[in-house]
Amino acid sequence: MLLERILRTTALVTAVATLTSGAALAQKKYDTGASDTEIKIGNIMPYSGPASAYGIIGKTEEAYFKMINDKGGINGRKINFVTYDDAYSPPKAVEQVRKLVESDEVLAVYNPLGTPSNTAIQKYLNAKKIPQLFVATGATKWNDPKNFPWTIGWQPSYQSEAQIYAKWLMKEKPNAKVAILYQNDDFGKDYLKGTKDGLGAKGASMIIMEESYEISEPSIDGHIVKIKAANPDVLLIYATPKFAAQTIKKTAELSWKPLQILTNVSISVGSVMKPAGFEASQGVLSAAYAKDSTDPQWSNDPGMKRWNEFVDKYMPGADKTDTGMVYGYGAASTLVKTLEMCGDDLTRANLMKQAASLKDFAPDTLLPGVKINTSATDFAPISQLQMQRFKGEKWELFGEIISGDVASE
Amino acid sequence: MSAAEDVVTEAPAVEAVPKRSMTLGMGTSLVVLAALVIMPIFVKNFIIFQMTMLLIYGLAVLALNILTGGSGQFSLGQSAFYAVGAYTTAVLMEHFNINYALTLPIAGVVCFGFGYLFGKPALRLSGVYLALATFALATAMPQLLKLNFLEHWTGGVQGLVVTKPDAPFGLPMSQDMWLYYFSLAVVIAIYIFSVNLLRSRSGRAFMAIRDNEIAASAMGVDVALYKTLAFGVSAAITGIAGSLGAIAVQFVAPDSYTITLAISLFLGMVVGGVGWLPGSIVGAAFIIFVPNIAEGISKGLSGAVFGVLLFLVIYLVPHGARQVAILGQQLAGKLRKN
Repeated sequence: MLLERILRTTALVTAVATLTSGAALAQKKYDTGASDTEIKIGNIMPYSGPASAYGIIGKTEEAYFKMINDKGGINGRKINFVTYDDAYSPPKAVEQVRKLVESDEVLAVYNPLGTPSNTAIQKYLNAKKIPQLFVATGATKWNDPKNFPWTIGWQPSYQSEAQIYAKWLMKEKPNAKVAILYQNDDFGKDYLKGTKDGLGAKGASMIIMEESYEISEPSIDGHIVKIKAANPDVLLIYATPKFAAQTIKKTAELSWKPLQILTNVSISVGSVMKPAGFEASQGVLSAAYAKDSTDPQWSNDPGMKRWNEFVDKYMPGADKTDTGMVYGYGAASTLVKTLEMCGDDLTRANLMKQAASLKDFAPDTLLPGVKINTSATDFAPISQLQMQRFKGEKWELFGEIISGDVASE
Repeated sequence: MSAAEDVVTEAPAVEAVPKRSMTLGMGTSLVVLAALVIMPIFVKNFIIFQMTMLLIYGLAVLALNILTGGSGQFSLGQSAFYAVGAYTTAVLMEHFNINYALTLPIAGVVCFGFGYLFGKPALRLSGVYLALATFALATAMPQLLKLNFLEHWTGGVQGLVVTKPDAPFGLPMSQDMWLYYFSLAVVIAIYIFSVNLLRSRSGRAFMAIRDNEIAASAMGVDVALYKTLAFGVSAAITGIAGSLGAIAVQFVAPDSYTITLAISLFLGMVVGGVGWLPGSIVGAAFIIFVPNIAEGISKGLSGAVFGVLLFLVIYLVPHGARQVAILGQQLAGKLRKN
């Protein structure tokens, strides 16, 4: 009798145990590129070619995932980060992304860099329903969940940043004579459009000059002399770091002091403001969403301390003034957060769903108060910026945190 | 020193290649063709895409080969013709809804005109000076494509996205496979045309100019006409390659057609063997696959590794794939004798 009872109980327990474990198994869902032990993530970066300075972003992300793996991975799964060189060439980007998807069989393509490269692969990835996660470009068009539900941005768009400057100008200097210096590519033209949209009807009378330069030019001095001749009192500098530093330096050499507003792309203290000269840089305005690794005001910040520890351990010898390393850290931690949220449901659909469900996520490297928020209709993770003024040897934040969402047309 | 003497004393720009050795034997050609036709059935779509790009770049290298190997003129501006072809197709397909197959001949005609007109002023230049003039063309092209008044058509810096065609008549094959066979057909047609062109009267005129301009003109060859004609034909073929490239990549943007592309094509021609038409495909394989191999060896130093590999090729086989092919032929001949 007793034995029978024991047997029955055992049978019941076994049955229940089998059922529950069966249920647990059923919850684990995988698409190509994910398994019990591994999550395969693909990436393309310009490690060579004209934009190779950005290659450091890919290297930072690789190091960050190594750190995560050393700590045990994400829910027990290691990240296998496969990153290829596209040399900033769209045809090469297509080739490499197809290799990632069809040969390496990755779960998602994450943080591919450059507007032309991303445009080239967007249609392909969306047709194959493969997430194009947190693209590394500031173009506005990535926030378009209706037409491209598999593509999501990361950083604030260039246009929304430019609109913030335009709004500030309208409020503070409504009678300014504005000159715009911009790089003749998608980056510069997005800023130009954002500024014009922001100024609206007043733009025609306020903007007295639009001067463009090519990224291949060795020096920008000639353009500055030309702009000075038109005598504007506000100069908007939509230039990449090298040219931004030259611009600030040249205006000082000409002992010309217009109000200068600088794109967020070129606010590195180490690689722009210092080479331009601190004296020449006083009073320059800009907007920011991330902390500057070279700015002493963050030396006791817990987030930047963690960043410093990471760089010291996983990227020894790297140049800490490089903003790409701050960027890569922030973007990589956003991916890790998203993958954690996926739990055991590592399907492409769920990954995209989680990427569009980030709530008040604040990576270590973002400014206090700037948070990542996404939803089914908002595919622009970071859309907040704060105005700042260069004073002494660092940026001083001022004013409120401004949200500058620009919807894609 | 008069200009005539100047030309005579100058070493020929390109080593003379006998007409016969410009092509492969009939048997070898058929084997290569059979391999190209059967291959897609056994490989993944991604490999088919790479093979399509191989054919397309091969076509562009072939075009340069006709110009340099045939008529002895240098060009570092092939990327400009490639871009014009690509944009012609993209604009016609996306703005005018013209069938992709029809855009190819249009791109060819447009590029022929463009190349012919460019060849006119370039007539006065030779050797490195011509290379420099075409270099300027290649540098200018991406900027021209960004011009404001063209932006409505070209999409400016954002470029244009092109729709990939499906296989026609409900054929049971993927888009990639269809595009591969379509490109293959175009490439074979142009290859046969090129071989015949070089064997024709015009081809002989090209080569006479290449070998000695003064002697050619003394023989009654209209030097100016044939030089510009060579430019036109080369530009037309490059343009068609560009068209196919736009359809395969599904995207055109100014950044796709920088001077780097022109240098790659030039490199492909040298590696494949100047003046040896079948070498074009070998050269194309070099410019597509060797950077990937270099990246596999070292990500940070991929450029340096590529340089070393290129140096080895140029040092060991200065005449490129043609030299390897000749060596192979001699070896086969010896074996047959034994």
